[in-house]
Amino acid sequence: MTQLILFNIFNGLIVGAFYALMALGLSLILNLSGVINFAHGGFLAIGGYIAFTLSPYIGFWGALVLSPILTAVLGIIVERFLIRRLYGRDPLYSLLLTFGLAFIFEDGTRFIWGAQSLPFQVPSWLVTPLSSDFFFLTGYRLFMVLIVALAVAALFLILGYTRLGIRIRAGTLDLETVSVLGVNVRILRSMNFGLGIYLAGLAGVLAVGQLGLQPTIGSSLIMPSFVAIIVGGLGSLPGTLLGGLLIGVASGLTTVFWPSATEAVMYVMMAAILLVRPRGLLGEEGRF
Amino acid sequence: MKAIAFNKNAANVLVWVLLLAAPFWLPFVGGYVELGERVVVLGLAAMSVNFLLGYTGVLSFGHAAYFGLGAYGAGMTIRYLVPSTGFGLLVGALVGTLAGAIIGPLIIRLRGVYFAMVTIAFGQVFYFIAFRWNDVTGGDDGLLGWTRMPLNFGFTTVDILHNPRAFYYFILAVFAISVGVMDWVLRSPFGRTLIAIRENERRARFLGIPVDRHIWMSWVISCCFVSVAGALYALLNNFVDPRALYWTQSGDFVIMAVLGGMRSFWGPLIGAAIFVLLQDYLSSQTQNWMSFVGLFFVLVVLFFPRGILGAIRRKVA
Repeated sequence: MTQLILFNIFNGLIVGAFYALMALGLSLILNLSGVINFAHGGFLAIGGYIAFTLSPYIGFWGALVLSPILTAVLGIIVERFLIRRLYGRDPLYSLLLTFGLAFIFEDGTRFIWGAQSLPFQVPSWLVTPLSSDFFFLTGYRLFMVLIVALAVAALFLILGYTRLGIRIRAGTLDLETVSVLGVNVRILRSMNFGLGIYLAGLAGVLAVGQLGLQPTIGSSLIMPSFVAIIVGGLGSLPGTLLGGLLIGVASGLTTVFWPSATEAVMYVMMAAILLVRPRGLLGEEGRF
Repeated sequence: MKAIAFNKNAANVLVWVLLLAAPFWLPFVGGYVELGERVVVLGLAAMSVNFLLGYTGVLSFGHAAYFGLGAYGAGMTIRYLVPSTGFGLLVGALVGTLAGAIIGPLIIRLRGVYFAMVTIAFGQVFYFIAFRWNDVTGGDDGLLGWTRMPLNFGFTTVDILHNPRAFYYFILAVFAISVGVMDWVLRSPFGRTLIAIRENERRARFLGIPVDRHIWMSWVISCCFVSVAGALYALLNNFVDPRALYWTQSGDFVIMAVLGGMRSFWGPLIGAAIFVLLQDYLSSQTQNWMSFVGLFFVLVVLFFPRGILGAIRRKVA
């Protein structure tokens, strides 16, 4: 029983790390530009499929490096030509636009790579279990957690100490003043969007290593990311990280005791949070 | 002013004549009665969403949940409790309204994108319940093994199951009552207050209007009519499945409202008609209709943000 619980907590942690990676990208874009990017899951799927296509030529490691970058470039193109036109309009429009893009991405990946699930090869030394007692501790799972941790650390370092990161944070608080001070806000928003999509692409590569490739992989991960943002608190990236991990572990634990409620438990958590603390765990008062 | 009032009356008459005569003219233009039924049902759903979106200025992206609850409420009532169409419709509407009323207080204090995000996320709870609770809801396969029942008025019965025209007029009657109530609410002082909140929430608050309570009431009214539409949708298909609750369905309702024109009463119905026809045509032509629907979303947002009626009105003005 202890082993089962440990297994599910660990599993939940991994799933939560994914949610967090997705949600951090969503949060970045939402905070600076006020856009809910419904197509985030689509970008995740594209990151995974690009890695699948590239890995025969440049190997797993090459794909892990290159695929998120290519996904981010695609994201910047989409931002430049479509989403940029909608800044300053009612958020309804960017919502509908990215909603449409999510359809196009899901159907597009199905059209190009087919609807059936495809296997994605990860290096064989990564998939062997590390210990027979704790069979669930495969190298790949630990590796995923490690990469997610590295990516999150890098993100917080970028936001904390680089000029781009400081500008993003400043813009989140008051974009007008940042613009008046001579920062090109258009480029700032593009870079920020690219950064968010990079995280989605990275999550995509890691996810397909674990789950295999399906066109619907993105749309099944996007809702939990929303919940992670709401639970953690809008406007707070540490909150988003915490929210992602929390709901991951919570659904992991629920699997042990009541499997059919696995997906629903995070929404119950969200309702409870909204009831007692509408701004979320680490959200600022009065931001929304 | 007089000309506008006249135009409005003319538009109302035109819409009702077209709707009433639909079973007779649809076959001549290559349609079929069920297409008209779907337009009316989804139009009612889009109009309910627009009650909130266009007239209260609150962006809900989760109305599929209450649509689906209405559908399951009607289906399960007929399947398990009482084999009566009218009773099913009533229970469906009650279930959806009640769920909206309970969830309302959790969300009415939120605004803008945050409101949208929370409504979407809440919608998913009901999706997973419908998806997972196999024994009762039929899970992924949907709720089968029931049909809509003939209407029994005591002195006569109307067979709406086998007579498509009779069923169309049954739907249209429910639609007319719902739309009539919505119109009446919007023209009442309460409805005017909702529009005031949409235009300037802070000012409304300073005038002493209990804004949160008004938004809650508007939300519940909207949920009520969308669940009526959901119940009709279940009766129309003699079937419900979890996709009626899925978040993409909410997006469809919103795009119908935007496409037709959010600031006009009949706009969402026109949007629904275009959407239903397009989906019907595309899914018969290509497997990749999802891409085209997605592209349609993008094009509407970029080129028709005010909707068709909004664009026409602008040209006239």
